[in-house]
Amino acid sequence: MYISGMDGANQPLLEVEELSIGFEGDQGVTAITDKVSFTIRPGEAYGLVGESGCGKSVTCLSLLKLLPVPGGRVLSGRILFRGRDILKMNPEELRNLRGGEIGMIFQEPGAALNPLWPIRRQLLEAFHYHDYKGDPQQRIRTLLDRVGIADPDRILSAYPHQLSGGMLQRVMIAMALSLNPALLIADEPTTALDVTVQAQIMELIEDLRREFNASVLMVTHNLNLIAQYADRVGVMYAGRLVEESPVEDFLDRTLHPYSAGLLAALPRLDRESGAASLRPIPGQVPRPADYLEGCRFRDRCPHAFEACVAKPDLFPMGSSHTVACFLYGPGGSRTGRESLDPASTGTGGPDRRSGARRPAP
Amino acid sequence: MTAAASARAEAAPAPSAPGTLLDVQGLKTWFPVMGGVFRKTMGHVKAVNDVSLSMGKGEVLSVVGESGCGKSTLGFSILGLTPPTEGRLSLAGHPIDIRSPSAWNPFRKDFQIIFQDPYTSLNPRHTVFEMIAEPMRVHGVCASRDLPEMVAGLLRKVGLSPDYMHRFPHAFSGGQRQRIGIARAIGLRPKLIVCDEVVAALDVSVQAQIIQLLLDLKSELGLSLLFISHDLSLVKAISDRVLVMYLGKIVEEAHASDLFVQPRHPYTAALLESIPTLDRGRRPKLLGGEIPSPVNLPPGCAFAGRCPRVQDRCRKETPVLFPADRSSAACFYPVGLPPVP
Repeated sequence: MYISGMDGANQPLLEVEELSIGFEGDQGVTAITDKVSFTIRPGEAYGLVGESGCGKSVTCLSLLKLLPVPGGRVLSGRILFRGRDILKMNPEELRNLRGGEIGMIFQEPGAALNPLWPIRRQLLEAFHYHDYKGDPQQRIRTLLDRVGIADPDRILSAYPHQLSGGMLQRVMIAMALSLNPALLIADEPTTALDVTVQAQIMELIEDLRREFNASVLMVTHNLNLIAQYADRVGVMYAGRLVEESPVEDFLDRTLHPYSAGLLAALPRLDRESGAASLRPIPGQVPRPADYLEGCRFRDRCPHAFEACVAKPDLFPMGSSHTVACFLYGPGGSRTGRESLDPASTGTGGPDRRSGARRPAP
Repeated sequence: MTAAASARAEAAPAPSAPGTLLDVQGLKTWFPVMGGVFRKTMGHVKAVNDVSLSMGKGEVLSVVGESGCGKSTLGFSILGLTPPTEGRLSLAGHPIDIRSPSAWNPFRKDFQIIFQDPYTSLNPRHTVFEMIAEPMRVHGVCASRDLPEMVAGLLRKVGLSPDYMHRFPHAFSGGQRQRIGIARAIGLRPKLIVCDEVVAALDVSVQAQIIQLLLDLKSELGLSLLFISHDLSLVKAISDRVLVMYLGKIVEEAHASDLFVQPRHPYTAALLESIPTLDRGRRPKLLGGEIPSPVNLPPGCAFAGRCPRVQDRCRKETPVLFPADRSSAACFYPVGLPPVP
């Protein structure tokens, strides 16, 4: 066991293997995610992107065994953190992991913090459950300073309702970083925030990642954030991972029709104005009960053909890029050397990453 | 000219151009802040503080700004849903007495709104038919016996099957609910629709559908849209003109084609710099600080405390909207232009 840890930086920090999560309902268990696999290496920022209901948040929660009880449960698969299976850990081991080796930034800071406790008590809580050689009081001040809070005394004695969303998000980040976690999970860390605060928070996470060589799992629906802050991206649709790639390569060669559709539907500052610049994906995100057999995107996909009634596996498409679509791989009609045009009748591919940038003011 | 008409002409120094659908001059909407033992008014939240704008037929005017800047209150005040405190407002060329809540009633049919949250803006106990037909019945758009056919036509127009007419809102997804909200608004054949963050609660793929639908209906029905949003990328895609709001005031007004190429107000520039894009080489420039409380505003420019271009003058004098090339900006030191004398 110890020997395998000697491999250094290439040893994955987190391995999610064929993870299926389900929720119990009136009609039995409904599977939310279907055999999702990905790995995160030390220091890497992994972006999990998808629309609401695709299973990205439950995947995150399951990593710390935080699925809602009763109802949510892992149906199959393994989650290995430094080679240890999180799903088999006892409560003591889990407690060491949560807030210790893995820090989590929740989606809504207003809902995740305890409204009856002042910020100081909430920040100090982690130090009760973990070994820390130092002065926790000193540490929380350093952390608050690090997340850009100028007046720690006011913040520490305040209750959550007295602070703005941006402040609460910073407190959450400080909390998640208290014990220098090796992995930071950020579930839609900036969704509720204004763009100016979003930029501050994202830059902060990026700085801290570099400084402490932590890994980040970033869950978001915003492809712009992925492009700017992630090293690798996994695109989820209806509970499945449909494309995974290093971000650079993903932007150069967007292969899955859903990924290409998402990019074409995204309002963009670097694109010409006018309604024609937005190309919607027809239809809507299905509910788990309505998932199709075979490829789950085929009813919205302009490229769908006969083969799509079967379930596509993730085909390797070079430079650790994989895509679950029958357009590629054996028998597929496309080579995958360039991005897919999201609309079959469209005129040329989307003008992605065009040089038309705003001049700096 | 009658005495009343001449008095009105005097009261309105900037008469609205013919064809102006909406004209707002010096609109203020202040909310009192109560405090102390006797619940006395301690101050005001100046949600909308001296805003002027006008809109023509068929125009898409966007109001952008961060949360709390007063953009939604502005939309609500124009429709009288949150009556303004002060200012002049005329709808379709008719001045409105802002002190009388019923003054808006004759114009409700022509000025409609679509709300932000499709989950709370539809009555869960009403069927789709009841919700769309009710305003049509109230305003006498058509005879009662024609209502089912009219509602079916509206549902088709917004991309929903008329078979859904007798279902309740819970049966629909967010995007479908927003379509119902749109059908309800266009049923009255309005001239202007206030769209208050209509796609903020929707997924990206569905967001683009709703925007397309609104723009299609706009050209088909000759609608004007007052589009309230925090999303500058979205605003770029759809607007003719853009107003940027900060702390209750308009800080920049520009054509969309100018604003995104050359912002003039430092706040607009900072907003544009903060937005992440697909360009991996680019790093956002950070704007420090947070929006100050709108209760006790410091003298001078409200943005002075966060502005990278701030000078002494900005803390003493309050800038108004100055012409800045083809735009206007409430700034003494507009970006890329010489200072205002």
